Amino acid sequence: MESQIFFEDVSEGMELPVEVRNPTPRQLVQYAGASGDFYEIHYDRNFAQSTGLKDIIIHGALKNAMLGAYITGWAGPQGSLCRLTVQYRGMDYPDEPITAKGHVTRVYQEGQRNLVDCTVWLENPEGQQTTPGTATVALPSRSN
Amino acid sequence: MSTNSFTLTDEMREQSIGVESEPASMVIEQGHILRFAEAIGDDNPAYTVGTPETGGIVAPPTFLRAMRGIRPELPFEIPYSRLLDGGSDWEYFDHVRPGDTITAVGRVEDIRERAGSIGQMLISTIKITYRNQEGIVVATQTSTSIRY
Repeated sequence: MESQIFFEDVSEGMELPVEVRNPTPRQLVQYAGASGDFYEIHYDRNFAQSTGLKDIIIHGALKNAMLGAYITGWAGPQGSLCRLTVQYRGMDYPDEPITAKGHVTRVYQEGQRNLVDCTVWLENPEGQQTTPGTATVALPSRSN
Repeated sequence: MSTNSFTLTDEMREQSIGVESEPASMVIEQGHILRFAEAIGDDNPAYTVGTPETGGIVAPPTFLRAMRGIRPELPFEIPYSRLLDGGSDWEYFDHVRPGDTITAVGRVEDIRERAGSIGQMLISTIKITYRNQEGIVVATQTSTSIRY
């Protein structure tokens, strides 16, 4: 059984647990197939370098999906994702660890919903935020 | 680096904003959801077997990226061949489930030109609205594309 975080457990400034992922070229090919994004900069090194990149790069949309998995994992089975915004500020490369981090920025109620805003991001091995984002999730309350 | 002398005029900008794509539809397949969840490395059971909360299998948040070709036709020739994805802003209103037919329409929200480290760039913002077979908006995605 997955653990569930509740609205009452959350406060502004609270940090989300750090998660490290290790995307591989194989995963980029899997993502190309599943998403239909076959732009060669994601799996053909010669092509990527011919466009001025140093190597094949991770799809922005895959980084978006990783942050989606990160925030929905934190929100738990009874949580739901309302909004997710990501910006691609820097390239990320396969075979390098990519770290997801985040913290809570706002805890509030809107109508019947218990909402939590978070800042989330992906970091490269140099500690640069290549993929900053924000997310809003609705969490269950212990009282209902 | 591009050496052409393209300029985005106010008129071109005005003619572009509000342009919509043709509607594109996709039937959501369970196997596709499984492959997508596997590709993004997300083992959430909501995507593989369903959970009591989701009431069956649902698609991961960015699954609708798999709908391709939702590009509004700009009323001028784009002089750049290189394309970078700038980011996305998703809003979620309802689940996407196997068997749903999702219809998407993209609309040009903004287009502008900028000089950056990679040379002259054309930056466009497209908002895609995704509806299910009941006409309910399940999600919107506002994405930024950079051409250079």
